Amino acid sequence: MPDQALSGLVVLDLSENISGPYCTKLLADYGAEVIKIEKPVLGDTSRSIGPFPDDQPDPERSGLFLFLNTNKRSITLNLESESGTEIFKILVNGVDILVENFQPGAMAGLGLDYETLAETNPALIMTSISCFGQWGPYRDWDGPDIVAQAMGGLMGLTGEADREPLKLPGSQAEFQAGLNAAVATLSALYFRDETGEGQHIDVSAQEAVASILEASVTMYSYSGFVRRRTGSRHHLQCPSRVMRTKDGFIHVQAGANWDHFATYLETPQLMEPRLASILRYHYADEVEGLIQPWLEKHEAREVFSTGQEWRIPFARVLGIDELVTDPQYEARGFFQHIDHPVAGRLIYPGAPFRMSETPPQVCRAPLLGEHNEEVYIGVLGLNKEDLARLRENGVV
Amino acid sequence: MGWSKEEGTQALEGLRVIDLSQIYAGPYATKLLADMGAEIIRVECAARSGRGGALPRMKPGGAFGSSFPDGDTGERSYNRFAYYNEVNRNKYAITLDLSQPHGVEVFKRLVRISDVVVENFTPRVMRNLGLDYPVLKETNTRIVMISLSGYGQDGSYRDYVAYGEGIEAMVGLSQLTSYPDGEPLKPGVAYADATSGLHAAFAILAALRYRRLTGRGQYIDLAMREAVTPIIGEAIMDYSVNERVASPMGNHHPSMAPHGCYRSRGEDRWVVIAISSDEEWRSFCHVMGDPPWTKSEKFATLSGRLASQDELDRLIEGWTSQYDHIELTNMLQRSGIKAGAVLDIEELAHDPHLRERGFFEELSHPEAGTHLYPGLSWRMSRTSGRLRLPAPCFGEHNDYVFGELLGMSKEEALRLAEEGVTAKEPLPFSPLGEGSEMEA
Repeated sequence: MPDQALSGLVVLDLSENISGPYCTKLLADYGAEVIKIEKPVLGDTSRSIGPFPDDQPDPERSGLFLFLNTNKRSITLNLESESGTEIFKILVNGVDILVENFQPGAMAGLGLDYETLAETNPALIMTSISCFGQWGPYRDWDGPDIVAQAMGGLMGLTGEADREPLKLPGSQAEFQAGLNAAVATLSALYFRDETGEGQHIDVSAQEAVASILEASVTMYSYSGFVRRRTGSRHHLQCPSRVMRTKDGFIHVQAGANWDHFATYLETPQLMEPRLASILRYHYADEVEGLIQPWLEKHEAREVFSTGQEWRIPFARVLGIDELVTDPQYEARGFFQHIDHPVAGRLIYPGAPFRMSETPPQVCRAPLLGEHNEEVYIGVLGLNKEDLARLRENGVV
Repeated sequence: MGWSKEEGTQALEGLRVIDLSQIYAGPYATKLLADMGAEIIRVECAARSGRGGALPRMKPGGAFGSSFPDGDTGERSYNRFAYYNEVNRNKYAITLDLSQPHGVEVFKRLVRISDVVVENFTPRVMRNLGLDYPVLKETNTRIVMISLSGYGQDGSYRDYVAYGEGIEAMVGLSQLTSYPDGEPLKPGVAYADATSGLHAAFAILAALRYRRLTGRGQYIDLAMREAVTPIIGEAIMDYSVNERVASPMGNHHPSMAPHGCYRSRGEDRWVVIAISSDEEWRSFCHVMGDPPWTKSEKFATLSGRLASQDELDRLIEGWTSQYDHIELTNMLQRSGIKAGAVLDIEELAHDPHLRERGFFEELSHPEAGTHLYPGLSWRMSRTSGRLRLPAPCFGEHNDYVFGELLGMSKEEALRLAEEGVTAKEPLPFSPLGEGSEMEA
């Protein structure tokens, strides 16, 4: 009996940086066997991005790479050589899933488009991730994360009204694209397990972002309302925003019972019918103004815990250092400590969800080309001389 | 093979999901499954409609008012709410009060013929209803159950109330979503909800794969906070390798410069530009017409540009502010420069690329009218479909589910109504979540 949810599934991962690797990380962490194909010498671009210890670049010490590639195996292969593409075609025949995030058209340029690969492996699921998708007028446009955040509509909604739009930190459009790719891939797998038929999936980071704007476009269609950025204040809930306390920031929301909220905050003025009404968002400045003085007399930690006793959904605005020592993460054993032969023992974010029957795997990211012999000799059946020749010719 | 949207078989046809979830995170997960063809049955009741309850007819104005067609709550506000209607398209809805024994009994009959149960109450609710996983498993050993909660099913915060915005604060996302010189803000949309919903959909499909191989269902415990933490993995790994606490960078980037958001011609119009190499920098200068300031030595290398980013941003804005943001995007992308217009919601709805890809789709809703909704989040070459159904009206599918799926007699259905186990309309509206145990 398989011991993990995705045991037995074989994935060939041509993707690099964040979007594709996060998709295959999810597959790998929950049990799929992921073979990552990296460019010889340089490897995945995230190996050269960091964060590195003391900011000293080292392809085996990039925090980003180490995090995104847990539970995967790494082989090197030069797809721009003829023998490289030949080997790739043999490899692809033995897998269930192929994930790639090159510029649209690049796979076809290598003679490795879905139609060609499906001729010999009709059950193949190929997942392609790009900034704007595989077709349409912007297909050949390129962008890092910020471009997809801007053109997906998220950036225009984030930031202060009187300042420039603000991007979300890190690479959120890339993560969203990777997440959508992971869900899409398993949907295609469900269909394939029913019918035996594979297919090609087209994930666009722009669409991944445009899908999660709450009901913004629907509201535009319903009433012509063009939502704009409103700082930390939610555009229709009141109160819902980040506010200052005596010693730090908390996120303030009233929760299920306005009466409790007013009582807890010792601010009976909030019970005035106009402010107790659902239409109080018209008086957001006034509501926040009434709350602010009380908050400034109390510490964030105290408001968070005593407020929760009243079932008020306060939340603390935490910094990264406060996460790893947080009692709730600790009680649930969320953060993982993983050893790596070069990078050493580090703390990693853990699994995004728990499964009662099939706990996720915890195994470090691979060294560049670490599994060449295992895959080329063990799986493909090449001999040591073949592999040595491929190495000499720069194919591996 | 093209990217046909013709009607045809859909990827998740035959999958049946009972959806008890409220507001956004859970409904987003089931939206993804619904769009792929799964049959989603929303279980709602008068006290927990997930629709905000029944509002008196009014035109409340502001953003809230705008979430109803023509700003009008209408006769039945709960069938006209944009937030509900967007995320619950392609689903069915029944009413069933699970706090009554007859409701629980009918629910179990539904569990027997379903594959998945999704809920996002605080952890004690399902137990109090007598419908936690051990009970459901006894009813159907193949059932996959997922609970989405703010902080997880155990630990000292398990009973804490949480909405997505608070979760963003609790994972460090609010602190980092900020201008370098400003106070913490937060993502402009309910980002933690959608992100949790995506992870939840993945979890469900992974559990179904395991069930296909083994015949066994299982229970999934998804803490929104834990599902959102990995997506700021870069910042956590920086702390891990360097004990460095990330601080907000605004629109800047650790290894690209220029990398920012620049004012362009018109009211509140902006373009983003990201330069990732010296070569790109030189072509960007060329597109700008090689003004004299670009010759400065300090801008020739990445380290130089990173060191003088604020000055660089001002100089670039001097150029971008003369042009329209869409025009700039076309001009720059054609020259191989990575750039993008900051699209506002109106521009997004009319974006020619999304239009050609048919991303936004029209649906006709009997009480909300014909409107545009964001469509499928990805395309599939063999099984792509269209948006098929508008969001369900309150209790719209009672007859189908009770009669056709459960084979319930007309008499029993009538009795359910008499007992108040089913309902005609939600209880009067109370401000977002009030009077119910709905969270996350």
